[in-house]
Amino acid sequence: MSSATFQLWRGSGADGKYTTYTTDYQEGMVVLDVIHKIQAEQAPNLAVRWNCKAGKCGSCSAEINGKPRLMCMTRMNEIPVESPVTIEPMRAFPWIRDLVTDVSWNYRVKKQIKKFKPRPPDNPDGTWSMSQEDVDRVQEFRKCIECFLCQDVCHVLREHNLHEEFVGPRFFVYVAALEMHPLDTENRLEELVTAKGIGYCNITKCCTKVCPENITITDNAIIPLKERVVDEYYDPLKRLFRMFRSK
Amino acid sequence: MPEYQKFEHDVLVIGAGGAGLRAAIEAASVPGLKVGLVCKSLLGKAHTVMAEGGIAAALATVNSADSWKVHFADTMRGGQYVNSWRMAELHAKEAPECVHELEAWGAVFDRTSEGKILQRNFGGHRYPRLAHVGDRTGLEMIRTLQDHGIHQGIDVHMECTVVSLLKDGDRVVGAFGYDRQRGRFILFQAKAIVLATGGVGRAYKITSNSWEYTADGHALAYNSGADLADMEFVQFHPTGMIWPLSVAGILVTEGVRGEGGVLRNSLGKRFMFDDIPENYKSQTADSEEEGWRYTQGDKQARRPPELLTRDHVARCIMREVKAGRGSPHGGVFLDISWIKERIPNAAEHIKKKLPSMYHQFKQLADLDITTTPMEVGPTTHYIMGGVRVNPDTQMSTVPGLFAAGECAAGLHGANRLGGNSLSDLLVFGKRAGKFAAEFAKGQSQGKVDMAQVDSIAKETLAPFDRVSTSGSTGEGPFRIQHVLQEKMQELVGIVRTEKEMVSALDELEKLKQRASVVAVDGNREYNTGWHTALDLPNMLVISEAITRAAIERKESRGGHFREDFQNKEKAFGEFNIIIRRGPGGAMQVVRERIPEMPAELKQIIEEQAK
Ligand SMILES: Cc1cc2nc3c(=O)[nH]c(=O)nc-3n(C[C@H](O)[C@H](O)[C@H](O)COP(=O)(O)OP(=O)(O)OC[C@H]3O[C@@H](n4cnc5c(N)ncnc54)[C@H](O)[C@@H]3O)c2cc1C
Ligand code: SF4
Ligand code: SF4
Ligand code: FES
Repeated sequence: MSSATFQLWRGSGADGKYTTYTTDYQEGMVVLDVIHKIQAEQAPNLAVRWNCKAGKCGSCSAEINGKPRLMCMTRMNEIPVESPVTIEPMRAFPWIRDLVTDVSWNYRVKKQIKKFKPRPPDNPDGTWSMSQEDVDRVQEFRKCIECFLCQDVCHVLREHNLHEEFVGPRFFVYVAALEMHPLDTENRLEELVTAKGIGYCNITKCCTKVCPENITITDNAIIPLKERVVDEYYDPLKRLFRMFRSK
Repeated sequence: MPEYQKFEHDVLVIGAGGAGLRAAIEAASVPGLKVGLVCKSLLGKAHTVMAEGGIAAALATVNSADSWKVHFADTMRGGQYVNSWRMAELHAKEAPECVHELEAWGAVFDRTSEGKILQRNFGGHRYPRLAHVGDRTGLEMIRTLQDHGIHQGIDVHMECTVVSLLKDGDRVVGAFGYDRQRGRFILFQAKAIVLATGGVGRAYKITSNSWEYTADGHALAYNSGADLADMEFVQFHPTGMIWPLSVAGILVTEGVRGEGGVLRNSLGKRFMFDDIPENYKSQTADSEEEGWRYTQGDKQARRPPELLTRDHVARCIMREVKAGRGSPHGGVFLDISWIKERIPNAAEHIKKKLPSMYHQFKQLADLDITTTPMEVGPTTHYIMGGVRVNPDTQMSTVPGLFAAGECAAGLHGANRLGGNSLSDLLVFGKRAGKFAAEFAKGQSQGKVDMAQVDSIAKETLAPFDRVSTSGSTGEGPFRIQHVLQEKMQELVGIVRTEKEMVSALDELEKLKQRASVVAVDGNREYNTGWHTALDLPNMLVISEAITRAAIERKESRGGHFREDFQNKEKAFGEFNIIIRRGPGGAMQVVRERIPEMPAELKQIIEEQAK
């Protein structure tokens, strides 16, 4: 049994402050266990969002000692406890209470992205054929658990608050998954530039570093999308072709 | 006078896991129909997201011998023949189409070398039958349904908990709930309601289930007069993590065994070969060699005993532990690393086939499954019992109230086969949505009794009053939940006796008294203590239902094992146990005969038994 001190961000509205709790913990406990222990023994109305406690649902995102992480996948022995451990809600979204933020913006953004549109079935029984090599790439993106930690860390959202003009790394991953889906026939490149603000991303790779699913957001999703945009929109031949086609 | 936000829908779906999303999508496909979808957590976070191994459907892409008939027979055998044979038939026939539908909506399953959907082996399935995406199939399924569903004109109410259904005479006409973020009350009017709230695992101490599994749908149905069936059948999954303690219960997918993982005791022995039930003997490998060949796709080989049904594997593990042959922390060893003796690049292969298991152990237990055996033991996983429904329409015994997914009963009988839940969600979610929409079309909105609503609202706020009037003397909710979990685990767990279960009823009575005066601090904004206080009555009444049904079934069958009646009894195979709220509110336990199976289905079962 060890003991540690935590500073939890508590309150709501304009009233936020750190509150200090000291508690014991056992070998193998994760931060979310400790939060639950504090909730059960010292602060029954402590607001915290979680669900699976197995790193699968992406609900328990928070900033632990300033680093965006899943509380249920952060073991106590991974973090220094000599000085108090701070736990705060994600800062890039409106705050509701204690450790809980309003992430509904993400859901609105997703709804604006054109949905999956498959080519006609390949086989008479209405099914498609795809090889494993073709699906490997999108499967990486489809691992996303929508924890929104990448959104939280991205300076375009966090510091510049460009939520209206920039959809954030999570949704570049989403668009990439759709665009690179072997069956998809929709084109989302134009809106990536106009409405989704891919140009704001200056490839700092902070999003990739925090992704709990180890999705290589920048190299595998954002950069290829940027390249496609360039090919499609700044390639003079294609532009000419588009002009003719649109007549 | 409390205030309410009001919404009107034709069909209201409660629960946004696989079953609820599928139901809502189906209902919303009817032009002009207004569909609402409510869930306790954020959209896409429901329990379904955790499913790992796959979706069972007789696509016959890996073994062309597979067909709906074999799937049907496997499901009935696994359920020990107390399943609804009609549901098992519909499920086996319709699952393949439902899987193809998911693909048409963007799901990306793992592929065979010919480019078809790849299927993997799972316990109790005769052929490789689980369509999957590595070991994160549930995520693929819920995300596909979510991303498709958000474009279907469904009104989604996230982080909203329904606490009561409202009736007008016999028929359901609405639901009352609160939004978790702000604590405001919400009043839904609806012509038809679909329950898709999932399971009850949070009533047990060791469970693979998330916090949402507080038996809400089961309790909502019961309280509104609907019958529950098969509540004695709770599935304990044989392989949950047992160490470190704080992660005990988290699931280790059966896929590990499907990919060649083996169970060993502390003597290094593969103990599953020691006890193979008679009715599975002809389908089970008789050597380690044959078992290995099966996991590697040899169609002539029979499956290794590690892939026998879950109830049996769980009990064999308990037996080893009781006999003192367990692992250091009270389980047994599950080893996948040994396959390096058989295949090159085993470590890479394991990481590719079981990526989340690899990460789960690496991160939570500091253990590399490609080099070291895992320690595992049984964990509360699934409830076969639930709302009793019409097998074709999914309507409960209350008009206008439908149920689908884990909160409904019938398909799985005494024991669910792995993979049969995800397909259940699709097949019967779709059916529930379709028939709820049809029901709604023939109705006008019913009348909501506002006096009743006001009194429910008052009751909902009572835990706050107990603090202010009595100076915070009331007991908090977490302690009560904790005691409930310990008692259910200990007294109505994997191995049951009459004596223990009777004492469980006493304990539940005491806990009900304590819960009736539970007190919470603070205000209504995202107050987890308050939420838990409101979940308690649901868990308590459903724990009672499980216990009473389990006392009534004086035999052992599937997930229900009685130490005092260790054998299966033919007579008990002829009925289901029904739980209903009697006049005056006392719980009634009734035996209901299973309808006679049609000759064609009987014949299929006989043919498949060979
Ligand atoms: C770790 C794990 C792995 C699994 N792996 C597999 C597998 O490989 N294959 C397989 O077939 N099965 C598997 N299962 C079982 C399967 O995942 C579940 O049985 C299934 O997902 C249940 O789906 P559902 O739609 O019925 O409910 P859920 O997905 O649990 O959804 C329930 C919904 O109801 C909502 N809800 C509940 N109460 C209320 C309320 N009062 N008010 C409003 N909303 C409410 C919840 O918020 C949630 O949205 C697994 C289960 C676990 C735990
Ligand atoms: S790489 Fe782009 S999207 Fe990712 S954090 Fe940096 S700026 Fe944001
Ligand atoms: S891309 Fe990674 S960090 Fe971003 S939401 Fe998805 S899982 Fe989370
Ligand atoms: S609780 Fe689901 S990811 Fe942490």
